Amino acid sequence: MNRHLPAPPPSFRVSAVPHWRRVLAAACLLLLAVPLLPAQANISIRSSKKLRLALPEFALTSPDPAAAGLERTFHDVLHNDLEQSGLVAMVSPSTYPLETPANPAALDQAKVAGWANAPTLAERLAFGNLRVNGSTLQVEGYLYDVTQPSAAFLLGKRYSDQPSDAAARVMAHEFADAIIEKLGGGPGIANSHIVFISNRSGSKEVWSMDYDGANQHQITTLASIAYSPRLSPDGSKLAFVSYASGTPQIKIYDLLGRHYLSFPEFKGTNITPAWSPDGRKLAFASSMSGDMELYVIDVNGGTPRRLTYVKGNDLAPVWNPKTGAQIAFVSDRTGSPQIYVMDADGTNQQRLTNGGYAVSPSWSPNGQLLAFSWRRTGGGENSGEFDIYFMELASRDAEQLTHNGLRNDYPSWAPDGRHVVFQSGSPSRPQLFTVTADGSNPTRLTNTAANEMPNWSFH
Amino acid sequence: MRFANANRIRLVLAGAVLTVAVGCHKKPQPPILPPMPATPAGPAVVPTVTIQANPTAIQRGQSTLLSWNSEHAVSLELNGRRVNLTGSQQVAPQASTDYTALARDTNGATATASVRVTVTEPPAPVTPQPTSEDLGQSFDTNVKDVFFDYDQSGLRADGEAALRQDADFLKAHPDLAIVIEGHCDERGSAEYNIALGDRRANAVRDYLVRLGVDGSRVKTVSYGKEKPFCAESNEECWQQNRRAHLARVQ
Repeated sequence: MNRHLPAPPPSFRVSAVPHWRRVLAAACLLLLAVPLLPAQANISIRSSKKLRLALPEFALTSPDPAAAGLERTFHDVLHNDLEQSGLVAMVSPSTYPLETPANPAALDQAKVAGWANAPTLAERLAFGNLRVNGSTLQVEGYLYDVTQPSAAFLLGKRYSDQPSDAAARVMAHEFADAIIEKLGGGPGIANSHIVFISNRSGSKEVWSMDYDGANQHQITTLASIAYSPRLSPDGSKLAFVSYASGTPQIKIYDLLGRHYLSFPEFKGTNITPAWSPDGRKLAFASSMSGDMELYVIDVNGGTPRRLTYVKGNDLAPVWNPKTGAQIAFVSDRTGSPQIYVMDADGTNQQRLTNGGYAVSPSWSPNGQLLAFSWRRTGGGENSGEFDIYFMELASRDAEQLTHNGLRNDYPSWAPDGRHVVFQSGSPSRPQLFTVTADGSNPTRLTNTAANEMPNWSFH
Repeated sequence: MRFANANRIRLVLAGAVLTVAVGCHKKPQPPILPPMPATPAGPAVVPTVTIQANPTAIQRGQSTLLSWNSEHAVSLELNGRRVNLTGSQQVAPQASTDYTALARDTNGATATASVRVTVTEPPAPVTPQPTSEDLGQSFDTNVKDVFFDYDQSGLRADGEAALRQDADFLKAHPDLAIVIEGHCDERGSAEYNIALGDRRANAVRDYLVRLGVDGSRVKTVSYGKEKPFCAESNEECWQQNRRAHLARVQ
């Protein structure tokens, strides 16, 4: 490990993991490609023991024939959201008791035992009912702790909307987020979305989809090359790179008003925009000076302020979303591209990776971890594949997330800090996947044409 | 199999062309000599012949008019070829040539006359204003792309040699504007490749400017790996794609 990573600061040398074990672990990582580094106690991205959650079908409490189909959508989406959360283990339905409660009144002590005891062994129970009442779809959902004999009420929610599949899907996402938050998982991601680049229309355009891959739709129609989509922190705007005017320039699109906002064009190549956490500034890379350097500019325009002055390409800035005080970026000032970090005013530049080819940093919502793509040197500069890594800023310990032998790039953190979306596959036809940060629940989101450069919304 | 057939067809065609060419070639004709005339009776009359060229000096590629006249002749040869007793002919010799007319009468008496046509080299042709199509063809023939090593934007010796030729052409065509496209192979990360292609294009522009090309005629754009010249995943193709492509601004 220390061959490739800077030595940890002195305070971490007395950590529970002896130096030789770190080296050994690194050797295993590089030579044997073990799934995950074992003893990297400093990186806390692995979930602890998962709660066992049972989610029976919701009771239909109206005779409307549409109700069954809507319940199917609602339950499927809710089940997937909870499974994808990485926070709970879904109990297999084959072990469920025959009788399912429709509301809390039906959950007496005997019933609770039925869920809590073998073979079900549920610790939490989510249930409820659904009905279609004329032009209204109503859903009641509950969450109980069934490890106590009388069951402890944790959550009750009621939703109503038009009786449509889309509405059932939104309700399921909202209930899933409520459950995740109640279980201590922080704000859920079920209503978040992901923007990305796809060529399925014939040219590279910005597309958007729900976090689970549903509702994929095209945003831009510039019939040029679009790159590097980045959603603003409030989700209302989209910054990206377009060749529409001939050279790569940054554009800002208002997603609510569906029009382009005025933003200056600059000489040379202008790429990789990044929103400041307050949504007021953009950092970006430009070769307007002749050398590609980092700049920061007011979203409304004005004069860009230059942050870097070192010869070589500096690009792909990303703000620390927690503090806004630091920017991580890519620079090839010493040869092949490496990950760096600096203060947001350009001072205190430090290199984080030590060798190989490291690109595409994404900063975790809590400000503690960077995800990036790294092709590490093993048998020569061109050997090895691009894999997604995490690095803890404080210790500079790195952990490898992907081991699929494919090219993996453009990680982007979910707002819950437990998930990452990234692209994987051949350069000509990459696809998008989400995965929980401990490597579990890999989920393929796209299938059609080439899909790349995903960016997860801030909320 | 299809390649083998195509080759055979090409061979057959080549053979046909060869046959036609041989068939067209004229065999040299032996000069036809008139029969020996009978001894004439009466006083001897001597044949005469004159020959002129107008003009007598031409540039290569031009023609001149030979004209000749004879009296008391029964046959006339011009440089060994039988011609009319009086006549004219346009000739366009490639080099200075003596034209000799030989007149004979019925008794075999002869007379000769010569004229020399002097052929000079034409002056260097005045270049006509090239059409856009000509210029495009000439640009494509003379202006070479520049190739790079993996993840590098430094010029190699072959790239510098190509650019010296490119610079000569551009300086000879001062009205021409170009755009240098930076390209990369598929292996790098796409965003980084835009930056790398940008630096490749800039390295080429800077070198052309150093060689005396006006920088205001030269634009750059990086396409990273978005517009590859080939799509295979092997070094031969990757090398093709690691390039700065010089294109004419129409």
